[in-house]
Amino acid sequence: MSLFRTDRQLALLLQSGALLAAALVLLILLFLVKESWPVLQHVPLIRFVTDASWHPVDGLYKLTPMLSATLYSTLGAVLLATPLGIASALFSRYYAPSFIAGCYRRLIELLAGIPSVVYGFWGLTTLAPLIGRLHPPGVSLLTCILVLTLMILPTVALTADAALAAVPVAYVRGAAALGLSRWGLISGVALPAARSGITAGTLLAAGRAIGETMAVLMVAGNVVQQPQSLFDPVRTLTANIALEMAYATGEHRAALFVSGLALMVMVLVLVGTAELFSKERHHV
Amino acid sequence: MFKNALTTLLIWLTAALVSGVFVWLLADIIIHGLPKLSWSFLVEAPENAGRSGGIGPIIVSTVLILGVAMVTATPLSLATAVLLSEFIRHDSVFGRLVRRSLDVLAGVPSIVFGLFGNAFFCIYLGLGFSILSGGLTLSCMVLPILIRTAEEGLQATPNDYRLSASALGMSRSATLVHLLLPAATPALVAGLMLGVGRAVAETAALIFTSGYVDRMPDSLFDSGRALSVHIYDLSMNVAGGDASAYSSALVLILLLLIINSIALSLAKQWLHRSVVTA
Repeated sequence: MSLFRTDRQLALLLQSGALLAAALVLLILLFLVKESWPVLQHVPLIRFVTDASWHPVDGLYKLTPMLSATLYSTLGAVLLATPLGIASALFSRYYAPSFIAGCYRRLIELLAGIPSVVYGFWGLTTLAPLIGRLHPPGVSLLTCILVLTLMILPTVALTADAALAAVPVAYVRGAAALGLSRWGLISGVALPAARSGITAGTLLAAGRAIGETMAVLMVAGNVVQQPQSLFDPVRTLTANIALEMAYATGEHRAALFVSGLALMVMVLVLVGTAELFSKERHHV
Repeated sequence: MFKNALTTLLIWLTAALVSGVFVWLLADIIIHGLPKLSWSFLVEAPENAGRSGGIGPIIVSTVLILGVAMVTATPLSLATAVLLSEFIRHDSVFGRLVRRSLDVLAGVPSIVFGLFGNAFFCIYLGLGFSILSGGLTLSCMVLPILIRTAEEGLQATPNDYRLSASALGMSRSATLVHLLLPAATPALVAGLMLGVGRAVAETAALIFTSGYVDRMPDSLFDSGRALSVHIYDLSMNVAGGDASAYSSALVLILLLLIINSIALSLAKQWLHRSVVTA
């Protein structure tokens, strides 16, 4: 199709805009690598595991306590939020009367919109003292897991809801015509048909939990240590960056950028895997 | 049969639990936040590290940061969305590349945006800890959400518009300016509101780009403390700051509620209109 001259000029302008937007990711990666280069250059990656402790000023870069805190809290939150989120989606799609289902969906959307700093603040002032009564000090891996669960539950619930909505009506009607009970219909037909969508949503939620900073920073206690129990205070990778960036210089700062790079890689792997799952759904 | 009843019970219980926790959280913040909330709290400057006084300069800084973010992100996202939906084929290599990199950008954790913003805007471009640095960092962050909503809005405009305009010999630019953009405006504004909501909730990306200073900013090159950063600082670094933190959290939630309802009502209105014209 032939284009007008103004159209060609406009297209050129739009293309440069889109190119800029697309290049942003590369720019971010470039700067992360550039800033972490002073450390990456002469510290082999294995030392982030084998060093004696995390004392970056003295050249000791053991990241494993933070790494395991991130992994434990994410794992715990995903394990709790997945059943709760799927149950929430089932509730609003198959169990609740339509008015209640609408209200419930709106509530989940509101929950998704609450800022992480508010979750963190609430966890610190309300949840942490409650858990502290059970087992001091209160700010702990458990508090962190509970707050993260609350934060990623909307992601799981909303994606599961969308995946269930995409199940062909014919499947559901067919199952109902066969006289299956409601749970039989859900466990035998709806959930298997929506499985890849739900998995993709759960992976996205895990990515959100790994990258979450403020809430975790406020409720996890921020002690650099390998957690031995659920009640131990821990420090995650993200909290470590937020705490130490304020005063870090030189190689210490570079080491923080290395952990930022590690975070980004973890999240990208999760998002990439989630995309594979949602693609599978489109083929079905 | 027993299994069926049991799962029904469990699912209703889950729903009750989730609603209960949500009401608990909200009630907690309203009950503790309401007593201090007043007009003077909204306009006065914070005193005694925020324990008393208000949040006037902090609201001004927040609005300025949001302004910078939206003013820079909107044209860029509009250009990208128009290109993706109107000027290139859906399956073209360039389009796929742009979409893929935006998906990746959407997944980047906010603390990593903070690191990038600090390294690029504050240090490399020499903007320092400033409202400008914070706003530009947020603009990178909201770009994917703005582009996606704008693209969806444009794609939802009736194809008849394009065909009729083309039959009349209108240029694509004229079609865009006179037909497609006006038709998609409510969707564009709704997307913008979603972006504002995401930006106003952000904290981690702002701590080391726009900084902590709670004075009234004189210019965009001054450091300014956003509302969410204020809540964080009060609850973590200021002993006895909880009362003010509760009120600030309430203000933040109310702000988000207003923004979200505007977005929702616009989206609804637009849905209604497209049904009528189709």
